[in-house]
Amino acid sequence: MKFNLNFERCKGCTLCINVCPKGIIEMQSERLNKSGYFTAECKDQDACLSCALCAVICPDCAIEIA
Amino acid sequence: MARLCRKVMGKIMPKFTRAKALEDKQTHYCPGCTHGVIHRLIAEVIDEMDIEGNTVGVFPVGCAVLGYQYVKFDGVQASHGRAPAAATGIKRAKPDRLVFTYQGDGDLAAIGTGEVVHAAARGENITTIFVNNTIYGMTGGQMAPTTLPGQKTQTSPFGRDTDKVGFPIRICELLSTLDGVAYAERVSLHDVKHINAAKKAIKKAFEIQMEGKGFSIVELLSNCPTNWAMTPPDSLKWIKENMVPYYPLGVYKDAEKGVTQR
Repeated sequence: MKFNLNFERCKGCTLCINVCPKGIIEMQSERLNKSGYFTAECKDQDACLSCALCAVICPDCAIEIA
Repeated sequence: MARLCRKVMGKIMPKFTRAKALEDKQTHYCPGCTHGVIHRLIAEVIDEMDIEGNTVGVFPVGCAVLGYQYVKFDGVQASHGRAPAAATGIKRAKPDRLVFTYQGDGDLAAIGTGEVVHAAARGENITTIFVNNTIYGMTGGQMAPTTLPGQKTQTSPFGRDTDKVGFPIRICELLSTLDGVAYAERVSLHDVKHINAAKKAIKKAFEIQMEGKGFSIVELLSNCPTNWAMTPPDSLKWIKENMVPYYPLGVYKDAEKGVTQR
């Protein structure tokens, strides 16, 4: 698990989707968090480079790269 | 330090964790607002300098009014525009502390212009983090002194008319003419590269303060997706295409290197 998203913290701003060099982050539209946002999710953990660009641009510190 | 390197099976893997100086809380900012990025950058710099117990932040009136809730170091909330005056008092009483003000453009460039200009002219040994998003964000998107010519806001629905309401203020250029200013830099937050540059600028400004060299200011070009009525990615693009040409990035004053304008 490289891309760790804090589900409750994500506000669904989509900024991480645009910076991902692999294009593996996308918005999910099935589960709302407590704040009422659809969140981002990583669809392919194995392809993740751990470059942390998504974590750097995330305004809510919702992403941690392990 | 939020970003560490570790070796896993012969490969160097970067690791990114939350800055220690940040509280583990949900912020009240709108989705995509770069206030959260700036809080994180400040917290990371404080972690790297290891001065969490020795820092006082002075927060403004504006969207960041509750900013002290999201950081673990000390924070006070000053009257509208008066953060440099409050910071002056704190710094003079406790000269060994890192004291910074965190102000928006409505706070610093409108009601608090006199405060920041005189704090800079006196060469007070404080740092100002100036968040410029060309709008009054908290009150609903009214025109600010930094609103670009032609930009539509709640109070300029046909675009800012410079014949009637004048021109935007470029704070870094203005303050760099004062002898009390040791460091003035403008950075942007529209992509990862510029966010990393912004962190370096904040660190440099804090180091200059800790060395006792005088007033330092870092202006950060920021977004307001809600009041600009844009999606967060579009708002970052708007910074790049419209704000950066009007507010050129760079070091405007560095007393060490003798740079006064670039």
